[in-house]
Amino acid sequence: MDIRIETLSKRYAAQKAVDGISFEVKTGEIVGFLGPNGAGKSSTMKMITGYIGIDEGDIYIGNQSVKQYGHLLKKHIGYLPEHNPLYLDMPVIDYLNFCAALQGVPKSDISVRTRMMIRLCGLNAEKHKHIGELSKGYRQRVGLAQAMIHDPEILILDEPTTGLDPNQIVEIRKLIREIGKAKTVILSTHILPEVEATCDRILIINKGKIVADGTAETLRQQVSGQEVVHVQLEDADRQQALESLSTLPYVVSVLPTEGAGLRFEVKSRGGHSSRRDIFRLCVDKGWALTELTPVETRLEDIFRNLTVN
Amino acid sequence: MQAIWVIAKRELNSFFDSLMAYIMLVLFLGFSGFFTWLFGSDIFLVGQASLGSFFNVAFWTLFFFIPALTMRLLAEENKTGTIELLLTKAVTDQQVVIGKFLAVFLLVAVALAFTLPYPVTVASLGNLDAGQVVCGYLGLLLLSAAYISIGLFASSVTSNQIVAFLMALFIGLFFHLIFNVLASQFTGGAGLFLDALSLSQHFESISRGVIDSTDVVYFLSVVFVGLMLAEVSLSKRTIQ
Repeated sequence: MDIRIETLSKRYAAQKAVDGISFEVKTGEIVGFLGPNGAGKSSTMKMITGYIGIDEGDIYIGNQSVKQYGHLLKKHIGYLPEHNPLYLDMPVIDYLNFCAALQGVPKSDISVRTRMMIRLCGLNAEKHKHIGELSKGYRQRVGLAQAMIHDPEILILDEPTTGLDPNQIVEIRKLIREIGKAKTVILSTHILPEVEATCDRILIINKGKIVADGTAETLRQQVSGQEVVHVQLEDADRQQALESLSTLPYVVSVLPTEGAGLRFEVKSRGGHSSRRDIFRLCVDKGWALTELTPVETRLEDIFRNLTVN
Repeated sequence: MQAIWVIAKRELNSFFDSLMAYIMLVLFLGFSGFFTWLFGSDIFLVGQASLGSFFNVAFWTLFFFIPALTMRLLAEENKTGTIELLLTKAVTDQQVVIGKFLAVFLLVAVALAFTLPYPVTVASLGNLDAGQVVCGYLGLLLLSAAYISIGLFASSVTSNQIVAFLMALFIGLFFHLIFNVLASQFTGGAGLFLDALSLSQHFESISRGVIDSTDVVYFLSVVFVGLMLAEVSLSKRTIQ
């Protein structure tokens, strides 16, 4: 099921939490929702899940308007809210049965689905414990299990990996990737490498507006557009190397990097690469080229670039 | 319909898991039994084969106990945030409110069912008016339904259980006592109006053994308004 969001707005008192955003998520796509705190990520997710009302614009889930048919669309959505609120006084297995029944899973399938989710989320040893007794990581798994219990076509996960240890994070990411092949997934997170690891597409939202939309690759190009390489030489004179590198046709700037060695950061003009030229130069001069690495703009830099003012 | 029952069943389980149900049953049966059989204007003092004294005691105990049962229903979910998870499931706000209402109503019905040995005992002592007993129980059920819906509304507007409890008692007190007292202070239209609002008047008229449609309509409208207001305040989603 596709999700289409059209000029969606949400206002809390005087503050506009979501300000006319539009985007589309296709089936089989995992979209990462990024943004600083209070950017409007959670508000958008709450509107998709039908928890809070829509002020302006609309959301279409499988071409049906959430404004009109919100209560009927809820059964297609699995939702993991931000702080993962659960009934702490219920045993895991009872809670999952309860969620399955509420989501309209047929009576005969409830125990099958529950057992499947317990296995999938690695809760077998904890299934009879009360949720209040579980550690944060296990509670998070219960939260994921309840979101997926009715095999929904859309998964909305608000910070799904908070509180998990590194092993669990890897497992949960794998799980999300697995599920995301056939479903529509929107997840929000603060952890930038996570988005690169799990998501097909990144949406960056700031102050209620979408400021970037694309894959990690396209975002990098948008922001930098210039090739930057690290060059390390041996058998060369520092000053001479600096001068000859600067005179290459497409090179914009050459900066010696910190440290004693002959290492430079070479920036080229937009749309051009100087790597071949650098290699030729070294061959001509008889220098040994020991490093030639392209420098990728880190996602953190893109994020900061787009969201700090 | 199925969703309502699923929610009601969970609430009932949680009442019994948290001992709340047992405490309520023991206290209710203890109080009503004590004042019906042993103390005050009990059955032996009155000397009539009538359950009037029991209905009178239950009238007061339910007034205090029901807010204690309803206070956590929505206030706790508001506080812990579980309300968000509940309302994003395939249920409507209305189903949540009715489900929770039903859970408390069933618990109160169970408590009242435990007092059924009373009429059986009294019937063996003398000539018991069966019609009056049936009407008395019906009156208690209707009264409970009214207080549960008031309690549910009080619980829906706050995330603090104590506030919900006190608010339910405060609103309940108007229906239980204050409208009645005020009615006697006014003459004419205002007096009649306040009299019509007084829950105790309607309860008395039912427990006398006459089922008047105005009384039934009165209780059902209190229930309806209470549940509707609870649903409206739930749908506002403003309590964090």
